[in-house]
Amino acid sequence: MLKKRIVGCLTIKDSLVVRSVGFKLYFPVGSPEIAARFLSQWGADEIILLDISATRRGDGPNHKLIERVSRNCFVPLTVGGGIRTVDDVQALLQSGADKVAINSAAFEKPNLIGDVAGVFGSQCVVATIDCLRLDKRAVVYRHVNQQATALHPKEHATRLVELGAGEILLNSVDRDGAGKGFDLDLIQEVCGAVTTPVICCGGAGRPEHFIEIFSKTRASAAAAGNFFHFYEHSLTITKSVLLQSEISIRQDTHATYHDAKTSSDGRLLRQSDSYLEDLLFLRADREEI
Amino acid sequence: MKQPTIAIIDYGVGNTGSVRNAIDWLGYKRILLTDDRTSIAGADALVLPGVGAFKSCADGLKCRGLDQVLQEYVMVRGRPILGICVGMQLMASESEENGVHKGLNWIPGRVVKLRPESNSLTVPHVGWNEVSAVEGDPLFSRLPEGASFYFDHSFHFVGQASSTAATCCYGLTINAAIRRDNVFGVQFHPEKSHTNGLKLFRAFFNFVDQC
Repeated sequence: MLKKRIVGCLTIKDSLVVRSVGFKLYFPVGSPEIAARFLSQWGADEIILLDISATRRGDGPNHKLIERVSRNCFVPLTVGGGIRTVDDVQALLQSGADKVAINSAAFEKPNLIGDVAGVFGSQCVVATIDCLRLDKRAVVYRHVNQQATALHPKEHATRLVELGAGEILLNSVDRDGAGKGFDLDLIQEVCGAVTTPVICCGGAGRPEHFIEIFSKTRASAAAAGNFFHFYEHSLTITKSVLLQSEISIRQDTHATYHDAKTSSDGRLLRQSDSYLEDLLFLRADREEI
Repeated sequence: MKQPTIAIIDYGVGNTGSVRNAIDWLGYKRILLTDDRTSIAGADALVLPGVGAFKSCADGLKCRGLDQVLQEYVMVRGRPILGICVGMQLMASESEENGVHKGLNWIPGRVVKLRPESNSLTVPHVGWNEVSAVEGDPLFSRLPEGASFYFDHSFHFVGQASSTAATCCYGLTINAAIRRDNVFGVQFHPEKSHTNGLKLFRAFFNFVDQC
């Protein structure tokens, strides 16, 4: 059975991972290489790296950075930001990317998605949509000129799939960095409109948000950035909580926390004294290949 | 550890960077990323990576004259090759992706569009799925039953039951891995399947040592 995916999202600004709030405020987090290596080791099912300064800078994807990031990343790596041509995509795949995310170019060069899908297959193209809620109404937002369009995300998603996109990444501007949960209604609406997998992003702040998204919508994957960067063991705890709710996900890491208890905000609770005493008699082998 | 010369075939499409990273991580030193015919003919094992549309991949091989080199290497000399994703699909007789195109015809079969019976299943088939291997297959010898691998494809291989090495379920049973003697193909991406994928690569190169 196909498993739901937990995706680590790396927002990159000027070659640094940043914590992003509302697509406006950015705080430095650290090196993309280390962030990707950790996410891969912690059991993320996929990593999406979005270089938000590439399009504005106008000089295309940073291939050197992708080469370094991919070196220790053994889960699929989707790279977005500054992609304008099919050659950009080819160079990215040679640098270590596995899929590409296209956002701004879908407006300026609508044929690009079809062209990339024609050469690399549609499964290689993730079309990204930034959504903004204006008076409860959802619209597509363009981060390059920081303006909302009149398009509904559902219409835009349908069109992108027709053009050849193999997956849709839905990002929420107003929930970005808020930690109050995913925009379930909007995500379910988009999932119902397209036949491709939908990855949602923006708003995760607790493990329960992942249970919500997978039990109430048809989303194939849920992504988070800040939550995984700042909450210790958050990836493993999230996966353990999802498994306890009988949602099918991949759990291949050495530590599974299958018997752990968590507080309401997703932090690990202290185990009983007898459990801790048993640990003293346990020998843990390192996972070797 | 023996150091076989491993050639990753660079035919213009494919996530060659990721494949090289994974093999490099396992400690193999003699890795070539090449489209040079002599280097390919001289390698101990070949890896045919794949992220691409069938036609652009088949054309990529042909325009570099690699289809002849591979034919000689694999079918005449019987040397081992591992095809990944569309690299595996290229081993089929033909594909119906964007019109009918001829493949390398090493493993008889046809690549057809993935049409899961249930409407709730999305296409492409993207994500981690459990794979169950045919008993005794060398690639899966060190992997637990039902190990998860990362899939990302819209088309799949349909052929004779004897060529199936592993299957997975996505509304219908899909050939997750196929094999005919020295020709191995996997529909999933071992380079992106974390520990399980690295184990599969190791098993393949160990098999190469015995050739």
